[in-house]
Amino acid sequence: MAEQNLQIVAYACEHCAYAAADLAGALRMQYPPEIKIVLLPCTGKLDVLLALQALEDGVDGVMVAGCLPGDCHYQDGNVNARRRVEHLQQILQQIGLQPQRVQMFNMSSAMAGQFVAAATQMAEQILALGHNPLRDLPPERNL
Amino acid sequence: MSAMDAVQFSPNPSHTFPVGAVMVVGGGIAGMQAALDLADQGFKVYLVEQKSAIGGHMAQLDKTFPTNDCAMCSISPRLVEVGRHLNIEVLTDTEVLDVSGEAGDFSVRLLRKPRYVDVQKCVGCGDCAQVCPVSIPDPYEEGLKQRKAIYRLYSQAVPAAFAIEKRGVAPCRDACPAGQRAQGYISLIAQGRYREALRVIKEDNPFPSVCGRTCHHPCEGSCTRALVDQPVSIMALKRFVVDYALAYGREKVDPAARTRPEWVAVVGAGPAGLTAAHDLVRMGYGVTVYEALPVPGGMMRVGIPAHRLPKGVLQQDIDDILALGVILKTNTPIKDPTALLKQGYHAVCLATGIASSDHSLGLEGEDAQGVISAATFLRKVNLGDVVHIGDRVAVIGGGITALDAAAVARRLGASEVHLVLDRPRGELPAYSWEVAAVEAEGIHIREGMTAVRILAEAGKVVGVELAKTGKGMTTDIRGHRRPVIIPGSEFRLDADTVIATVGQFSDLDFLDAPYRELTADPKTLASQIPGIFVVGGRKTGAAFIVDAIALGHRVARSIHRYLQGEPLEPPAAHAFPVAKISRQELAEKVKGGELQLRPRVEPTLLPMQERVTSFREVVLGLTEHQARAEASRCLQCGVCSECLACVYACGTGAIDHEMVAQEETRRVGAIILAPGYQAYRAELSEEYGYGRYPNVVTALQFERLLSASGPSMGRVLRPSDGKTPQRIAFLQCVGSRDQSHDYCSAVCCMYATKEAIIAKEHHPELDIQVFLMDLRAFSKGYWAYAERARQQYGVQYRRCRVSALRQDPLSQDLILEYQDEQGERHKEVFNLVVLSVGMEVSEPVRQLGRRLGIELDEYGFCHTVQFNPVETSRPGIYAVGPFREPKDIPESVVEASGAAAAAAARLSAARFSLTTTRQFPPERDVRGEPPRLGVFVCHCGSNIAGFVDVPAVTEYAASLPNVVHAESNLYTCSQDSIQHITEVIRERGLNRVVVASCSPLTHAPLFQDSLRAAGLNPYLFEMANIRNHCSWVHSDDCPAATRKAQELVRMAVARATLLQPQATVQVSIQRAALVVGGGPAGITAALSLADAGFSVSLIEKEPQLGGNLRQIFVPLPEGASQPQELLRHLVVRVRSHERITLHLGAQVLRTSGFRGNFSTTIQLADGQQIEIAHGVAILATGAQEYRGNEYGYRSHPDILTQSEFEGLLSSSTGEQLPQRVAMILCVGPAERFCSRICCTVALKNALALKQRKPEAEIVVLYRDLRAYGFKERLYTQARSLGVTFIRYHPEQPPVVETQGDGLTVRAWDASLKRAFELRPQLLVLSMPAVPSPETRHLAALFKVPVDADGFFQEAHVKLRPVDFATDGVFMAGSAHYPKLLDETMAQAQAAAARAARLLSRDTLPAGGRVAVVEAERCTGCLTCVRICPFNVPRISAELTGAGGILGAAYIEPSVCQGCGQCAAECPAKAIQLMHYTDAQLQAMVRALVRSGLEFIPVHRLSSGG
Repeated sequence: MAEQNLQIVAYACEHCAYAAADLAGALRMQYPPEIKIVLLPCTGKLDVLLALQALEDGVDGVMVAGCLPGDCHYQDGNVNARRRVEHLQQILQQIGLQPQRVQMFNMSSAMAGQFVAAATQMAEQILALGHNPLRDLPPERNL
Repeated sequence: MSAMDAVQFSPNPSHTFPVGAVMVVGGGIAGMQAALDLADQGFKVYLVEQKSAIGGHMAQLDKTFPTNDCAMCSISPRLVEVGRHLNIEVLTDTEVLDVSGEAGDFSVRLLRKPRYVDVQKCVGCGDCAQVCPVSIPDPYEEGLKQRKAIYRLYSQAVPAAFAIEKRGVAPCRDACPAGQRAQGYISLIAQGRYREALRVIKEDNPFPSVCGRTCHHPCEGSCTRALVDQPVSIMALKRFVVDYALAYGREKVDPAARTRPEWVAVVGAGPAGLTAAHDLVRMGYGVTVYEALPVPGGMMRVGIPAHRLPKGVLQQDIDDILALGVILKTNTPIKDPTALLKQGYHAVCLATGIASSDHSLGLEGEDAQGVISAATFLRKVNLGDVVHIGDRVAVIGGGITALDAAAVARRLGASEVHLVLDRPRGELPAYSWEVAAVEAEGIHIREGMTAVRILAEAGKVVGVELAKTGKGMTTDIRGHRRPVIIPGSEFRLDADTVIATVGQFSDLDFLDAPYRELTADPKTLASQIPGIFVVGGRKTGAAFIVDAIALGHRVARSIHRYLQGEPLEPPAAHAFPVAKISRQELAEKVKGGELQLRPRVEPTLLPMQERVTSFREVVLGLTEHQARAEASRCLQCGVCSECLACVYACGTGAIDHEMVAQEETRRVGAIILAPGYQAYRAELSEEYGYGRYPNVVTALQFERLLSASGPSMGRVLRPSDGKTPQRIAFLQCVGSRDQSHDYCSAVCCMYATKEAIIAKEHHPELDIQVFLMDLRAFSKGYWAYAERARQQYGVQYRRCRVSALRQDPLSQDLILEYQDEQGERHKEVFNLVVLSVGMEVSEPVRQLGRRLGIELDEYGFCHTVQFNPVETSRPGIYAVGPFREPKDIPESVVEASGAAAAAAARLSAARFSLTTTRQFPPERDVRGEPPRLGVFVCHCGSNIAGFVDVPAVTEYAASLPNVVHAESNLYTCSQDSIQHITEVIRERGLNRVVVASCSPLTHAPLFQDSLRAAGLNPYLFEMANIRNHCSWVHSDDCPAATRKAQELVRMAVARATLLQPQATVQVSIQRAALVVGGGPAGITAALSLADAGFSVSLIEKEPQLGGNLRQIFVPLPEGASQPQELLRHLVVRVRSHERITLHLGAQVLRTSGFRGNFSTTIQLADGQQIEIAHGVAILATGAQEYRGNEYGYRSHPDILTQSEFEGLLSSSTGEQLPQRVAMILCVGPAERFCSRICCTVALKNALALKQRKPEAEIVVLYRDLRAYGFKERLYTQARSLGVTFIRYHPEQPPVVETQGDGLTVRAWDASLKRAFELRPQLLVLSMPAVPSPETRHLAALFKVPVDADGFFQEAHVKLRPVDFATDGVFMAGSAHYPKLLDETMAQAQAAAARAARLLSRDTLPAGGRVAVVEAERCTGCLTCVRICPFNVPRISAELTGAGGILGAAYIEPSVCQGCGQCAAECPAKAIQLMHYTDAQLQAMVRALVRSGLEFIPVHRLSSGG
């Protein structure tokens, strides 16, 4: 996987998923290094546009990891995030990009194993998909 | 008491009464809540916890009922908050000894037990635990997993510092004069870590090679393993380590650093002298050793023959000592020690040991040629002198020296060697095997004989006359003590040489005359001449080498004290207890299979023919395999083996094995006891087989099995074989509701339900059955939760007690026998049985209660006083949580807040008198500056640096745009690094900081303080989590980890470049409260706040105060006082309170504003409207008894509600009361939700009737009798008084018929399975409490939610049980859920405490991570208004939106929670979440994808921030 140098950005909420990833470290569990975690206050902050820009900028996958349903610190941020992820998947479908490049996972802060499983699953799927084709476009397009 | 304490507790001139500090005992969830509530209200809090970290039982839980919230998610942020709170001092490893003084000014004496790790220095990196060789069952994992002797209670523990568990000094170490930590090196040998083992040995003993061979090993004599089978071969193990090191290349010893100017001369290069030299040179002194002989080693070299101690082995030890920098001068006898002082030495140590001149044998003929003392003989041989001994040798004496002499004589070629012993061999000061070994070499042993005279011819020995010894001793003519001889037993033994052992003495006769009489003080070893120390003088000589080593250590310490000008007398040493394991404990371990009998490994011996013909070593060492096997026999008596591996591994020097317990005193105004519970020890209920059957586990163990972070990562695996069970049985009421517990533990039904649900979620195919008596789902949401378990998850509840539990020996399944409700007997097989253990008060807590002089019941539960449910019998001391009565988390949290309110009210005059605030310099305005970033990359010991190339990451960071400084630190979070960051910010003019280390969740606030200390806004900070998210999770791929660490740093730098300072503004608040509802909840909340010093407006719609309390007449038994008396008391207090404004007959019309600044309009009784400004609101609108027409209510005069019945009981005489009464529980809406109080009220009223009219017949028809906690006692009492309880099935409720005057109740007995009929004179219906109509009205006004049943919905069921999600609005009393009176009052106090947290401040901070609307882009579409979970955004007419349209969204920063949902949803992108702007987030992604440097955004001021 490393040869391909895939990049997956994982938006994780600070109340559950980020803490679960912290715990995965404390327990010395292993997952693919392609996963790069970005801290969000809540997955409800995940913006459709932000995720689309990330793909446009060339990341190969966007993983969203939030609290368990019903456990959101901000009541239903994780539900809103899932709604947006499903919307994103539709958009990707429409523009001909594999919808699996964006996925949502839920876990509590104690569920280190679930974080690792999600990260591994995500990385394996992105590996199977290969590079985000948008990546090789010249950067000027963003200007 | 340390100097610091003295400063802290000297009389304070500004001392005022009361003391503005509170001690909270118990760091569980309740203790943390009380601590936070008090600290936020301006009190200094000491949070005392006996364990090494706070968190209590909740930290062990997987999920919490009834919401299935992750327990750790809930508790973890609170742990961090407590740990970082400036005014909470967490005192872990601490016990309360006693309390003196009185409310307002207590002195609390504390015992601070040693943690052996400095909490201030430890950064929690865990390098120590990696190297610790000792593993023990992990109590946090309920013994299902192992943990190290140095440990952190759990991953998220606060404080994060590690702690060491010690049971005491291991007996082997205790027995060793030199204090050799034998368990330490044995534990390392067991792991194959031989080099570290040698290092440990050398900590205490510079002669490992010698002591591994010739020690008299008292350690083995006290080895606990001897109680099991045989002691561990400790000496042989030591030798193995030395041999291994020799064979595989020893590590070079580097010279010790010379840190002190003084020089010390040591006279004598024996074990004591060289040990002293070794210690002193390691302390940094210059040391010269003078030795009269040509070789060093003393008796070790000249007294012990080579076949026992090869010379090369000894030289190895001596070489290592010399390599440290000790100067050795041989052939240099010293006669005048003061000359050395004059010469410039600052101290002289005379360590001359055993004198070299022989004493007289005291035998006739001893002057003959051929008579030699054993010591001289051995010395000569050892020094290589030629000694002619002839063929026949007689050795006289039975000590080690005699044995050695005999063996040496044999090796020198004597064909006939006799060893003459004056006693039987069993009484010798030598081991029997040593005697046997000599005998095996062909030496003739003659027991019970003594030499009478030496026979000589021509001045030359020809033999010795021996005689048999009799009993007793006599003194011969020369004054020597000799054994009595049996007359006539004399005979002659021919000999060419007679070797005799003589007493060997230490003396100083070799010195010049003036110094021969020098004596040493036995404690300090100092002589009469200052600067001269003596070991080996007449009184201080050593018998064994290890004693000499011990003396060497002692004299070195004494000389050090002398040279440092300290008192010579050593400070009184702390007596460390010796770790003992009892025979019984060991027998149980053997029985339980934890320990197997295994004889010790004995070293092999050299073949006989080789022994007597050479000086080759007789005893051969252990093989590596043997050594490891032998080391694994060690029982680890001390738990911590004191191997010091942790000390070497620790990069911050945090570990101190010499810590001792200390007493401290703290002054506080009030004390809150929240010690929690202990789970019932299930092994005491032998019938359930816990401890014997591996597949019987406790609920807490099962909880750990379910936990995603637990021993099986959340998979349910049974302990015996690690297989997933098919069928699980929960047995309820283990340690509750039984002969030895007359109470219900209140939580077990629900936690069993929770565990069943979670287990089914993990393994849907599981068959789970819960065996119970009543399903006590009595609180908010519990019943619906249990129904969900039953219907959705298929959990089966069986109402019966299990009569027998056996184990199938083959499958280790459990066979349960029980009788079902219909009376049929069943036998079923389960793969796993979970015991739902109840709550108890632990013995230490009971003792604490007794020491504090507070009233406890016979179980140790704490009594509280009337009218104040959380105050103990000793004023100023409060009790909360299960210490009062078994209860769940929300109630414990409520009580904790309630106790905080009560304590705050008592101490309100001292608010903010002892608290501190952190002062930071004014913030520098960096907005005009180009970004100047500093990057600090952490090694975290080996945690990061072990897997990530930290220098490469640092170098890479330095190359990134805008980075002007990059460095790496061993531990970036250590105290000195934190200060260093501040200095670097100042020196380098940094305006952004990136720390690449661990998790921002735990460490960001710490580093942000470094920024603030340097005058930087804390928001100009970013972290790259290169430990938890990189080095630890990619430890199997170091290059990838390094690459990823660089990427994470790059991303962090990109975001940091765009970070902007965020201003936090202080919004002033109205320091007044509005309380709506004049029932007991409202009254208590109002009084509590008013007592705490705040103005309160109390609104009641009725013309009088009291609410439902006006209808309560019958007190709950057990010494309760009259409810109406309580009401009168409360009303008088409200009416007379200067800070309470009472509005009766008033209604709330409208309200506006937010936390800190509300404005509420009320209409008074006279129709007048007034506006009240307030900072907080407490809604306590209560509940009311449901009055439906179920069961014929209202159709017949003899059908009453419980409340009406209570009125009847209070107004009627005994004769008027009915004779036959039936009660039906769970009426109307109570079929759908449990109203919690009805069972208790029914029991209370039934008992009241029985008391007034004992002959009354009462039948109670119920579904589940939910007499939770101590209410169980009412149930028991009612049954014993003859009240009949009949369970009806929900599907077959009773039927009531009214014919004329008569009443008939028909029902189906679900237990006995039969129909029956009652004809009561009175039918009493338990109508549930339902929300009052005002509840919904107020909910709409204050924009707060209600649940499906119409009760107020709290912000968090477990942790914020009286808060609304809307800040500044709180709830109390039955409007939240039906409650008994004391529960209501506790909750009202809790609401007051939560409100007081806000009111006790002048201002509230606003801003920071909040959403901000760019009005000119806002179209006023209301999307944000709809999506905000906290109802914060509103459309403000004062703003102008996009296209100049009037009105745009406004988000009040003081109430915005900063989740960013509005920003994400806003279709016009008019909202940005500060600190998480789109630009910042996008910059991170771009930085990730574009590996070149072009990604780094140009600093744009307009990018927002």
